[in-house]
Amino acid sequence: MVTIEFLGPIQKDKISLEAQTLNDVAQFLSDDAELKTWIDSCAVAVNDVMVMDLNTQLSSGDKVSLLPPVCGG
Amino acid sequence: MLELFDGAVPVEKTLAKWYQEEAKSNYGAFIPFVGTIREEDGIDGLSFDIYEPILNSWYEAWTLKAKQSGAILKMAHSRGDVLLHESSYIAAVFSPKRRVALEMIDEFVEDFKASAPIWKYDLKDGKRIYAADRSTAINGSGLLKISK
Repeated sequence: MVTIEFLGPIQKDKISLEAQTLNDVAQFLSDDAELKTWIDSCAVAVNDVMVMDLNTQLSSGDKVSLLPPVCGG
Repeated sequence: MLELFDGAVPVEKTLAKWYQEEAKSNYGAFIPFVGTIREEDGIDGLSFDIYEPILNSWYEAWTLKAKQSGAILKMAHSRGDVLLHESSYIAAVFSPKRRVALEMIDEFVEDFKASAPIWKYDLKDGKRIYAADRSTAINGSGLLKISK
């Protein structure tokens, strides 16, 4: 199982699911109506490291984080 | 050095501390940037969420980059609510000569705005409203978008 967490203003609880790659996560989240407005603008981290590849392999216990647009300062 | 505060950043104390820490370090230039909450659009202040694990690794990468130029960075930021005319952010560069510090403070603050995992909210009429229109999508955003 991997855990998906939603950071900052995305008001959504963590989700756990079976996934082998980030592509599996993308497929799963694409059915979530609550996330429709966020998915296009979110960056992704796996175990707190930013990733750019949808084929990134996942292992049980991994944490996938969705980071919406930022504005520090 | 990265320092996070609950509420406003204590500007005078922080700048004085940083100055003292490096007073004998033989840096010829010390260039701070202080971000202060302005009164606009009827807000009472701003509020911030921070995701610290990724902020720390982002900052660590910048620390290494600064070191390669013979410079050091310091940064302070607020968590939670910061009211009008208080400050939520200080960044500073110390370097042997001014040119490195002047260029690095610009590059560092711009990358901070574009990449640091911090989310800003307006405090208005008792509500905490995500500042979506002033926020920037991090490089690589949209990775999970699937066309159906």
